[in-house]
Amino acid sequence: MSTLTRVSRRRFLQLTGLTASGLVLGTVMPRNLALAGILDEAGGEQLNLFVSVAVDGSVEIIAHRSEMGTGIRTSLPQVVADEMEADWHRVKVIQAHADARYGSQNTDGSRSVRDFYHIMRQMGAAARALLEQAAAISWQVPVAECTARNHAVYHREGGSLGFGELAARAAQLPVPELDTLRLKESADFRYIGRSVPIVDLLDMTTGNTIYGIDVHLPGMLYASIERTPWLQGRIASYDSSAALKVKGVLDVVELVAVEGAPGFNPIEGVAVIATNNHSALKGRAALKVNWRSSDHSSHDSGAYLDELAARVEGGPGEVRRQRGDVDAALERAASVVEATYRTPYLAHASMEPPVATARVTDDRCEIWACTQTPQATQRAVAETLELDVAAVTVHVTLLGGGFGRKSKPDFSVEAARLASHVGKPVQVVWSREDDIRHDYFHACSAQHFKGALDDLGNVTAWLAREASPPIGSTFNTSVRSNGSGGLSQGFANVPFAVPNLRVESHEAPGHVRIGWLRSVYNIPYAFGVGSFVDELAHAAGVDPAEFWLQLIGEDRLLDFSADGFEYSNYGRDIAEYPFATARTKNVIRELVGSIPWGEQLPPGQGWGLSVVNSFLSDVAVASKVEVRDGRLRVLELHGVIDAGRVVNPDRVPAQKEGGMHFGLSRARNGEIPCAGGEAAQSNFHDYPIARMDQIPAVIRSHIVASDAAPTGVGEPPTPPTAPAIANAVFAATGRRIRELPLGKHFSV
Amino acid sequence: MKLMINGKATELDTEPDMPLLWALRDLLGLRGTKYGCGKGLCGACTVHLDGQPRRSCQLTVADAASGEVTTIEGLSGNGSHPLQQAWREFNVPQCGYCQSGQLMSASALLASNPAPSDAEINSAMAGNLCRCGTYPRIRAAIRSVAADADSGAGARAAEDDA
Repeated sequence: MSTLTRVSRRRFLQLTGLTASGLVLGTVMPRNLALAGILDEAGGEQLNLFVSVAVDGSVEIIAHRSEMGTGIRTSLPQVVADEMEADWHRVKVIQAHADARYGSQNTDGSRSVRDFYHIMRQMGAAARALLEQAAAISWQVPVAECTARNHAVYHREGGSLGFGELAARAAQLPVPELDTLRLKESADFRYIGRSVPIVDLLDMTTGNTIYGIDVHLPGMLYASIERTPWLQGRIASYDSSAALKVKGVLDVVELVAVEGAPGFNPIEGVAVIATNNHSALKGRAALKVNWRSSDHSSHDSGAYLDELAARVEGGPGEVRRQRGDVDAALERAASVVEATYRTPYLAHASMEPPVATARVTDDRCEIWACTQTPQATQRAVAETLELDVAAVTVHVTLLGGGFGRKSKPDFSVEAARLASHVGKPVQVVWSREDDIRHDYFHACSAQHFKGALDDLGNVTAWLAREASPPIGSTFNTSVRSNGSGGLSQGFANVPFAVPNLRVESHEAPGHVRIGWLRSVYNIPYAFGVGSFVDELAHAAGVDPAEFWLQLIGEDRLLDFSADGFEYSNYGRDIAEYPFATARTKNVIRELVGSIPWGEQLPPGQGWGLSVVNSFLSDVAVASKVEVRDGRLRVLELHGVIDAGRVVNPDRVPAQKEGGMHFGLSRARNGEIPCAGGEAAQSNFHDYPIARMDQIPAVIRSHIVASDAAPTGVGEPPTPPTAPAIANAVFAATGRRIRELPLGKHFSV
Repeated sequence: MKLMINGKATELDTEPDMPLLWALRDLLGLRGTKYGCGKGLCGACTVHLDGQPRRSCQLTVADAASGEVTTIEGLSGNGSHPLQQAWREFNVPQCGYCQSGQLMSASALLASNPAPSDAEINSAMAGNLCRCGTYPRIRAAIRSVAADADSGAGARAAEDDA
């Protein structure tokens, strides 16, 4: 466990760069709120990388993952506090800087609890062991006679010492070996499995939180950047004379893009630097910029999707998974069902747009950013400014939503380049228009399926072909088709007990920056697969819930290698995190049991459902809709998730509801069409997200009780929502929707 | 230019066309009011002007000079407004970014209509976007305060959803 290394506090501070001096937080600094230090530094005696204890007894626990709404800044420290027997009311959560010693800080892939639950328990247990040893030394008794309980260590014959009294002595002791640590029995948990309110709750209700946009440094300037409207565009010419006349505008700076694939690099643009946001925006509106065309400036997403659809319908692609003889089974089928589905580009549209602040001196740079990837930010900024990584400090603020957009450090690099240029701190604020037009878009997709049914309605063959621009194309323009990581997100790893099965992929070159968005390729694939299973069910004349159960078949652990597919299993060993069909089937049964599935409904209403295994969790979603006079209303959404052991039960339904809500928004209206290489949308009027009066009156979520290892929660509820709604539309109307969003087909 | 903000007379040296949003944030350091769209589409920047909910990105400082401005920082000063308490009781926020605006819209609603129906809540809150999907909890929190204020309509609405 490389993260559990003993580092003196002095050395620790040197390594992490304690340089908050000069930071003006003024009225937004949380006061008398012991729990929520977002830009504070730990000041106590360090017991390990994650835990410090101050003489006054306050316990400081590092949150090394980014808080973007999942509650992770509470959940993981909650695990540490439980294991170390700290009193939660005396815990202060300190947000970590970028530091490779924490291990991965990439807050993505729904894996924070999955990957760090056990490590956080070890950190807590290690701190508890040191405090117990310190007490034993103080009393000159064997450590076995000393027990930590609720912020103090007790001797078995009476007497106690508080954590604060033990801190200095404990910090001098060597860190215990991992194999000597004693973890608590789950029956003794005080916080794990409890709905501890998030540490930022008070600040969030009083306006005192610090997001990326709320950072303010003395002498700080604001930048607004006009960027190339299409991929790989370049500045042909620009006129800054009118912009420079705007009151408050100090400078106009060309930001030339580096050569090569887009990657995490800023796109080419012209920055207006001003003393306030209003002047920066006004100056920018007065800029005149002419852009050079590129290979992508004629990209038209409609024509592109037509091309991808023709490719998947036209013939075989590269075979990625195969068993049996699909072609022969299709030949002898009693009936063959086939369908093609399309899903569009999507934008993230987090409520807080990307914002970063940089301060650059001769040999150092400090960044304050709402980033999901502090270490990637640190590396990217260091590379840009030609500094050592250690010379770049990245302070992580709260994120006003992230959804994958804030995994890309491009906006911090922009701030660093501009701050370096003007010699003063600079905050780059993306406008909403910047955010939507210049996003790392979610991939569009075309998928074609053929299913063979025998006389009894059994599926005897499953053929699936897809074409979707790969995320890899953003980093290497020669990457033209999805790899096994992408295809492992619900396309090639379908859990179906079908004797003949073939999965193929086609090329789809990137014409915009493709990025990952909440649940990534699960989004298009769940729509294609979830809709096609429903089509087969109706063709077979079987209830769709029953049909899913039959198609998944017997309880078993899936092994895709027998079919020649390299299943990624989200980066985890499949022996450790098996894909168990019993759990997938169980969420379907629990879902159907919790709603009046199969009820007689008035004309124009219908129920639909869909199921995914994503981020190692199983999720089923059902929707009840009404279609009347061309108007579609989603009346109810219900979801069941099996995510293994749950640390904070209140945050899981919150994420479940939020994930279904995110899925609802994209099902209704989510679409970024591009014409002439440019995104057609710019703000919430033309890229709408669901409003309070547009959500179902009933949204319910249920967590399957489990002691299994924790798996993903933030992303999995999103993908099954759109196919559940589209399947309900079919049940209500007999009309099959094969292209999203639904707003193309109905008034929503 | 003189403005009355959270009960305090405030002097601002700026152009009159600056949106109140940026004056609050960049010039006065009142950063609880959030930028979300700049076009009056998302409600993240909602403040009260003479008690009415207004999008501060669509108000100039000159517009705001005519009345009394209340921001999230001035809603109660210490988080004790019944809605702020209800937001905590129901664990409403996820990322939290939109919640200042949500609270300012909700507090303006209850000030003028202490026991709104669900349709009235939806209508008053439809201008405030939440990308995390906290709407069901926002609605429940508003209902709980309305129910406390009036054991009639508000309580019945809360029961309907139980």
